[in-house]
Amino acid sequence: MTFYALLAPFIAALFAPVLTRVFKHNAAWILAVVPALLFWHFFGFAEGVSQGERITGGYSWIPSFNVNFSWLIDGLSLTFALLITGIGTLVVLYSGGYLKGHKHQGRFFSFILMFMGSMQGLVLSDSFLMLFVFWELTSITSFLLIGFNHAEEKSRRSAIQALVVTGLGGLSLLAGLLVIWNITGLSELSLLLSSGDLLRESPFFIAAFLLVLGGAFTKSAQFPFHFWLPNAMEAPTPVSAYLHSATMVKAGVYLLMRLNPVMGETVAWETVLPIFGGFTLIAGTLLAARQTDLKLMLAYTTMASLGILVMLTGFGNEKAIEGAVLYLIAHSMFKGGLFMVAGNVDHEAGTRDITRLGGLASAMPITFAAALFAALSMGGLPPFVGFLAKEEIYYGLAHGDAWSILFTIVAITGNALMFVIGFAVALKPFLGPKVDTPKHAHEGPILLWVGPAILALCSLSSAIFSGWFHARFSSPMASAVSGHEADITITVIPHIGVPLYLSLLTVALGVVLYLSLGRLRAGMESLLLAIGWGPDRGFDQAIRGIVKLSVAVTRLVQNGRLEFYITASFVLLAASIFVPMAIAGDWPLVPAFPQLFFYEWLLFLIAVMGLFAVIWAKDRLTAIVSLGIQGFAVAVFFMLMGAPDLSFTQFMVETLSVVILALAMTRLRLSPQDHRSATQTVLDGAIALALGGALTLLLLRVLQVPFDATLTEFFNTYSLQIAHGRNIVNVILVDFRGIDTFGEIAVVMVSGLAILALIRVVPKRSTPVTTESPASPSDKVVEAG
Amino acid sequence: MRTLIFRTVAPFLSSLMILFSVFVLLRGHNEPGGGFIGGLIAASALAIYGIAFGVSPVRRAIRFHPMALSGFGLLLAAIAGILSLFSGVPFLTGLWVYPRLFGVELALSTPLIFDIGVYFVVFGSITSTALALEERERD
Repeated sequence: MTFYALLAPFIAALFAPVLTRVFKHNAAWILAVVPALLFWHFFGFAEGVSQGERITGGYSWIPSFNVNFSWLIDGLSLTFALLITGIGTLVVLYSGGYLKGHKHQGRFFSFILMFMGSMQGLVLSDSFLMLFVFWELTSITSFLLIGFNHAEEKSRRSAIQALVVTGLGGLSLLAGLLVIWNITGLSELSLLLSSGDLLRESPFFIAAFLLVLGGAFTKSAQFPFHFWLPNAMEAPTPVSAYLHSATMVKAGVYLLMRLNPVMGETVAWETVLPIFGGFTLIAGTLLAARQTDLKLMLAYTTMASLGILVMLTGFGNEKAIEGAVLYLIAHSMFKGGLFMVAGNVDHEAGTRDITRLGGLASAMPITFAAALFAALSMGGLPPFVGFLAKEEIYYGLAHGDAWSILFTIVAITGNALMFVIGFAVALKPFLGPKVDTPKHAHEGPILLWVGPAILALCSLSSAIFSGWFHARFSSPMASAVSGHEADITITVIPHIGVPLYLSLLTVALGVVLYLSLGRLRAGMESLLLAIGWGPDRGFDQAIRGIVKLSVAVTRLVQNGRLEFYITASFVLLAASIFVPMAIAGDWPLVPAFPQLFFYEWLLFLIAVMGLFAVIWAKDRLTAIVSLGIQGFAVAVFFMLMGAPDLSFTQFMVETLSVVILALAMTRLRLSPQDHRSATQTVLDGAIALALGGALTLLLLRVLQVPFDATLTEFFNTYSLQIAHGRNIVNVILVDFRGIDTFGEIAVVMVSGLAILALIRVVPKRSTPVTTESPASPSDKVVEAG
Repeated sequence: MRTLIFRTVAPFLSSLMILFSVFVLLRGHNEPGGGFIGGLIAASALAIYGIAFGVSPVRRAIRFHPMALSGFGLLLAAIAGILSLFSGVPFLTGLWVYPRLFGVELALSTPLIFDIGVYFVVFGSITSTALALEERERD
């Protein structure tokens, strides 16, 4: 069943365009059934997993390399799968309303379902390679989604940027996984998790750790790789609500959480993660405060939230991990909702600029309510799940030592700023005096508000029924992350203690900052102007540098002159034969004078005459044809030496190459005469002699090696027996070495295509007057004949 | 090249060569021959026809674009390989059947299909190159 569950989104993606053509935007209702069913399927595992069950399954994929197609369902992957399919259902519905009437809506559904499949595969993968494949698939599908409005240059740039950054991270991850594989000899996460300290004690631990971080930090937009995330806001809003809140950006966090039991509790882990995470948290919230675009504000707070998750995962105590788990779930719910709210405002009012919005509450009451609920959760106020998360975070961080105090301060600042942004997004567009907006706003259709409304209710109910919620989802997930039994007990009823005071402090700080948001924004603005450089610009500079370098290298190596290529290849080839022979002193012995029959001498003479004919030919065409003489002579030699197949082929190849060379010459309007200077002729002649001599020596040397007849015997014995053919040459070609031949014919075809393209290129200076298609029948030639 | 004699002989010569190319293709498994050489012969047959009558008649005669024939060949070769997968043996393992047709036993196999694929790839690619070169020469 789970195998089909992994396939289902891809199959749905296949049918999405057709369904959309028939049912228009209402296809969303049909397509949403797929993720909904998947949600239900995974929900069925919750009971077992909460009892500590761990479900694995799979097939052998590449047995010779011990690679399996296998999945692992435990508390961590189950909660992720539920978030992916649950929010996926809502996002599919939401895109039905948001992109209603868009001419590529079917394509959009297809992309988003493919992404869903990849993301679901990522979190359920057990084998390393499967994890990597799905990881890269999420990068590719997110590239398609971010670049959905591909007619705009900004979208294309953002899409490429996201692909480059996360794709490079993916390669780093692959290397990291291979290092782990080498250290432990295990290629499955489920086995790795029970391998104890094997990985931690390896001298290569740091290498594996850094490479894995490369993957996780790029995907989860940690500083300094965060810049692609805000740029990815070029994507349609459903993409931001899905990829950039609940799913794709969490893949890095997922990876870190997954590896915490085997990589955590090390100095590297507990230093690097909190520092980068904490820095990302503060940077993200400050950058968010500077924005006025709703989506960008949310994007930077997403970056900040990912920062706090990384920080907590690396903090290395039970409560911090429980806080991370709760915060991850809470964030998926409120951020997904807020993005949809921002999309609704944009869709209905025609702008997402917070300074041009106001007083929409009466026009869009449901959206406003959903926004308010989400903001309350984001601000960490009871009775929402965000409150539980924040309390648990403070339980995890607030200890006496300096290190803890530092990160408590970081968390308080970050949370207070997040509180500010949350309410700025949820309140500013809706309250206050009515502002004239580009479009006359009113509540959208059900497809647009059902998503945020359900997410808002989830934020509320999961906090109110926290006992049930913890038992099913958060406790099993925390157990999977920390590697041993964890039990989350926090409820909405506040307990007097340090965390509560810290919460109150956060809220107070948040309110103060909210009231001075304008000044904060201006301050950040001037600070960033003063710095004047960021990783985003750095990315452009790096790309420009690479392009310049490749242009320079190409100019150097590919100067477009055929003579240069041929000279270079020949000189190099001759040198690569001569030099090793000279160094090793391994020259061939002088062969005995051959005893040939007179007709063989005759053939030899013909071949040599052909060569002289080539050299003394008056014009090039004659030279080409004379080359054929020599080729035919060789073909006859093959025939006499008992290689009819070879000889046969040589005849045909000679004939056709003379024909094609002659055609190419006339086609290219080459001058029939050879215009080389005397020096050039001598030089070219010397190179030709050198190469000819080198090949002769090589062949003589090869012939003096004792002949190993193992293969000959094998083919002689088995050609008829196994492959039912007496012609060994052909049997080798089509049967024994069939894959080689397959590759070769693919090359033949590709070169055919390339030649066709080359011939078809019309030089720029000639005006193409006769655009007669070559495929269209034309009687002109026949009449002319 | 367009002498009367050549133009009279060319159609016969070309058809005989095509026929011969198929013969060479089919005998390849046991006697000298095979898909590669067969494809080359067929390509030269068309080259002769093209030299005698021009490019358009050749294009009309083969109906499809030569590159399409080449692609078809590659597809055929791939199918021949994939058929083995369905029988639970590795990619491109030869499969043989011996149906009796009018009392004659025929030896059919996936290597034969593969060889036909090779034939089409070679034939298509070379013909495409030759025709494209001849064509542009005239306009």
